[in-house]
Amino acid sequence: MYLADSRNGSGRPEGDGARWRTRGVPGTVFALGAVSLITDVSAEMVTAVLPLYLAVGLGLPPVAYGLLDGTQNGVAALVRLLGGHLADRGGGRHKAVAAVGYTLSALCKPLLLIAHTVPAVVATIAVDRTGKGLRTAPRDAMISLAAGPGRRARAFGVHRAMDTAGALIGPLAAFGILQATRAPLSTTGSTSAYEAVFVVSSCAAALGVVVLLLFVPRARRPAGPVERLAREPRLRDFAGLLKQRDMARLTCCSALLGLTATSDGFLYLLIQRRFELPNQWFPLLPLATAAAFLLLAIPVGALADRVGRRATFLAGHMALLAVYGLLAATPATTVAVVPAVLILHGLFYAGTDGVLAAAAGEAVPTVQQGSGIAVVGSGQALARIVGSLGFGAAWSSWGERTAVVLAAAGLCLSLAVCRVLLSPRTAPVRTRPPGSP
Amino acid sequence: MSTKNQDVTDEGVRDGRVIRKCRLPVLIVCILLLAAVAGYSVRRAAERTSRLDRPAQGGPAVLPGPVTLAGDAGRRVVFRNMVWGPHRDELASVPADKPTGPRVASGVKCLRFSAAAGTGICLQGEHGVVRDTYRAVVLDQELRERRTFPLAGTPTRARVSPSGRTVAWTVFVSGDSYTGTGFSTRTSLLDTEGWVLRDNLETYTVIKEGRPYKAADVNVWGVTFADDRTFYVTVATGGQTYLAAGDVASRELTLIHGNAECPSLSPTGDRVAYKKRVPGLPADAPWRLYVLDLRTMKETPTAEQRNVDDQAVWTGDGSLVYSLAGDQGTDLWTVRADGKGAPRRLLEGALAPAVLGR
Repeated sequence: MYLADSRNGSGRPEGDGARWRTRGVPGTVFALGAVSLITDVSAEMVTAVLPLYLAVGLGLPPVAYGLLDGTQNGVAALVRLLGGHLADRGGGRHKAVAAVGYTLSALCKPLLLIAHTVPAVVATIAVDRTGKGLRTAPRDAMISLAAGPGRRARAFGVHRAMDTAGALIGPLAAFGILQATRAPLSTTGSTSAYEAVFVVSSCAAALGVVVLLLFVPRARRPAGPVERLAREPRLRDFAGLLKQRDMARLTCCSALLGLTATSDGFLYLLIQRRFELPNQWFPLLPLATAAAFLLLAIPVGALADRVGRRATFLAGHMALLAVYGLLAATPATTVAVVPAVLILHGLFYAGTDGVLAAAAGEAVPTVQQGSGIAVVGSGQALARIVGSLGFGAAWSSWGERTAVVLAAAGLCLSLAVCRVLLSPRTAPVRTRPPGSP
Repeated sequence: MSTKNQDVTDEGVRDGRVIRKCRLPVLIVCILLLAAVAGYSVRRAAERTSRLDRPAQGGPAVLPGPVTLAGDAGRRVVFRNMVWGPHRDELASVPADKPTGPRVASGVKCLRFSAAAGTGICLQGEHGVVRDTYRAVVLDQELRERRTFPLAGTPTRARVSPSGRTVAWTVFVSGDSYTGTGFSTRTSLLDTEGWVLRDNLETYTVIKEGRPYKAADVNVWGVTFADDRTFYVTVATGGQTYLAAGDVASRELTLIHGNAECPSLSPTGDRVAYKKRVPGLPADAPWRLYVLDLRTMKETPTAEQRNVDDQAVWTGDGSLVYSLAGDQGTDLWTVRADGKGAPRRLLEGALAPAVLGR
């Protein structure tokens, strides 16, 4: 099955262009999208107020929180590999592993209410991120399996759009609750408003788990001899995955491109400083990117299914290149460029986030969907952390402009390499699945 | 596909039907339950907040009314009222000879406040959607806004020159307490005639032992005015604090005494009260209130034996007023500046006083 998929993915149009964009996307994808939406409302509520809460309630400076957040995202990327592997074992336990992941994170939200010391909060966030890491790969594998070859990117587009809608609603809900319940400014150390946010977040997280258990069917992989490994996937099959040419190239490219993509935080800071935006605009920048991502995820996904996911993945990075270009070349007075930069940044996500998962889904055999998507995703995530550190270092030693120019140059180079690596002509049609005798 | 798998699939289909039939009701019940919990928690938090707006029992009476900064309106204390209730944080006034009597609250809210000769400086905070913002408001003698300036951080100190022409304020640009070393302050001077703002006193030249002194870690805070040209202020550098004499014309800060923070110049101009880090005290409560005679440079400890973290105010009869933690946030206490007597509580639930009138 992934043979046809692979060929289709490398440039052959699917035919019917006039179809409604979400048509043919199975109910499972919408159910998973709903779970992600609800869970993201819950998670982003906490993320939005946590720095404030830690500063007000525990006296932890925001910088320390930033560091903490970075390390734990790295841990989550590693846990993702484990989640992918566990999900592939035992004949497709995707739903079970995802449920464990969602439940772990859901349990952490009420724990924040009783975690009153910095180590306790750090431990709680660590468990929360572990849950996030665990659930990501099996969830993407379920989307990939449910969608099937021809509509993968579209299905991921639908999922990412719903996910992002949750990420937009979450902070708004959190600040709404804070606004409604917050004590006067002079009441230092009062945390009851934050506790209300955590309770509402816990409820949303619990609802997400309920929807997952009730409405997401167990992943049923279309069985057939070609599809299967001769045995259960083992840990060492991760290495096997990377021996497959398509997978190796895709992982290599996602990591290579990840190295040149800076973290969102840096990018927003850069935009703010470059165009001298007032401080109160700062929180709006991620919202604008998310809104663009939300609107573009489905059409770009549908497009990727027609013109090829890898081509779209590369084109998505061109949008990031344009962001760098605008940041480096535009004079600071041209504030009108800011919306364009943010839309391009959203387009970058629409062209790369779900599309990469779809491309990974088509590059690996069905039994290894979880591990395959996890390898590519984790590689990208870890590379982005390294890239962000490098960007931060370049920024502090040579200034923001040089850092952007360096990132853009790196991105150009990576794009050139990846264009060759991911070129459909060099990707041979496989005749034998890995692992079969 | 094996038979075993087939069984599992059949079972799965059967399970699927059962689940499908009851999943909507289950979902609805779950949504209702969780929404009830969420709604209850938000309501409870909102109630807890609104309870803070109700007047506390047994506390001083606070009534709305006019508050003036005019010099001819009788001797009184104007301060930030900290008593729980509808007038918390508002500028309030009590007669100096009847401090426990009913308070008149103005409706103007300030985090920090000071006043002299009919000019008031009020540092305000406002909850933003995401972050809190602060501003400095220059008030006329009827507490009307004359001019406002945005602040770069959390307000901490404010003063007005004896003539009422020049005002000064200090904010924390990072950190929010003078304890520890991880804080940074910014102190600004404002000439209200022409509205010239000297945004950052750290640009002044520091003179140490007769020579210009340069260091990257200089922090300046807590201005107290001698007149519109000269003032005293805290300068910190190299882990040490100094009392400095400042001059607007020469743009110089001359270090004159070590280990002194948040100075307050007496009305006669010959003594400075300040908080001094006394060795052997705990790191989170390191200060005692001292008075320096500027002619003899002799230090005298006051009778206050507790940690004082405030810029004291002179009452005019040789006493100091300063804040200490209390049940309602902070209380104002008073002690004689000559080291004699004993501290006495002046006002419950009050902060940032200005002693006005004759």
